[in-house]
Amino acid sequence: MTILTFTLILLAGAYLAGLVGSLTGLGGGVVVIPLLTLVFNVDIRYAIGAALLASIANSSGAASAYVKEGITNIRLGMFLEIATTVGAVIGAVLAVYTPTNTIAILFGCILLFSAAMTIRKKNQVALTEGSKTSQFLKLNGSYPTADGPVEYKLKNVGAGFSIMTVAGVLSGLLGIGSGALKVLAMDSTMHIPFKVSTTTSNFMIGVTAAASAVVYLQRGYMDPAIAFPVVLGVLGGAFTGAKLLKRLDPKVLRYIFCAAIVFVAAEMMYNGFQHKF
Amino acid sequence: MNTNNKTKSLGDRDIELLVGRLLRTGVITASCIVLLGGIWFLIQHGSAPIPSYHHFAGEDANYTTFGGIISSTFQFNAKGIIQFGVMVLIATPVLRIALSLFGFGLEKDWLYVVITTIVLGVMLFSTIGGLKV
Repeated sequence: MTILTFTLILLAGAYLAGLVGSLTGLGGGVVVIPLLTLVFNVDIRYAIGAALLASIANSSGAASAYVKEGITNIRLGMFLEIATTVGAVIGAVLAVYTPTNTIAILFGCILLFSAAMTIRKKNQVALTEGSKTSQFLKLNGSYPTADGPVEYKLKNVGAGFSIMTVAGVLSGLLGIGSGALKVLAMDSTMHIPFKVSTTTSNFMIGVTAAASAVVYLQRGYMDPAIAFPVVLGVLGGAFTGAKLLKRLDPKVLRYIFCAAIVFVAAEMMYNGFQHKF
Repeated sequence: MNTNNKTKSLGDRDIELLVGRLLRTGVITASCIVLLGGIWFLIQHGSAPIPSYHHFAGEDANYTTFGGIISSTFQFNAKGIIQFGVMVLIATPVLRIALSLFGFGLEKDWLYVVITTIVLGVMLFSTIGGLKV
């Protein structure tokens, strides 16, 4: 295969990854890793490097829109980024000592967990009573809805912060945004309304991914020839996905894609156990 | 008191809009640089066979260090230009933190000035902390 053919096929694949990632809410980075390793037989370390870049592009592109709408809780994001960036740096260091097959198996587990998270029941109720820590840190806020602004308060800040650290470690280790864990921390633990937790999670993914991306860049995990089609393809796919989401109800699509993701996760884990990475 | 609150939230909103614009500009700029470098790369090497990505070799210093990437960009090295775009992409969220720091400073929200400085410190440590092993 020539470089031109490889680039064009990868561009198309990354476009699909961005589309699926945006329609399922998983993010393009998560879909890029199995695409590169299982379909293109690329070493998982190059795949992680490319996926981190896809996550940053995806997050920054989407966050710019959400921030303008005023849904994102910037203070909350900033505070929790202490946890995710420290975690991401730890994860990037751990990655050196973790065998690639173990990384593949772990990746499969996280993929399964993320697929389950996207189809679970979501927290819509806003708390009226917040904890003392949340007041001290000025984390309580409001967000615009069709019926005017809704005030929300939050609790269990410490527990949320701890889960965020784990999310950061996994993000640095596997090269993904680990949006599912971030939403779990905010949505289920800190009781933040779903819309705020997803957009704030998205906002944080760029910074979290950048914290480990600088380490991976210096380590030589980022190949320009792979980064080029992956970044452009995923961005294009995510853009199309965002447009499609406005016009159609993604519920059925989400179930179909989640089934596909389960299959991909199983494949990753199987190959990991067979020491194919 | 009321007016005071209003100006404060107005300041918050301005920073939000600026952050949104910064993120968008960063991603678009990075994509354009990557696209230019990519096209140049395909013109030069498009017909060559693909290297073996199945065996991890890592990139050489021209594409992994700040100095290396800058100098290969100025030599119009296609891979160097792509990598420069990659650097712009990674720098975008970091610049966003710096902008937030500035915003919290303007609002005299010292608690968040400290929190934001910690996050910036972690990013800085990750960049120059010699973690590449």
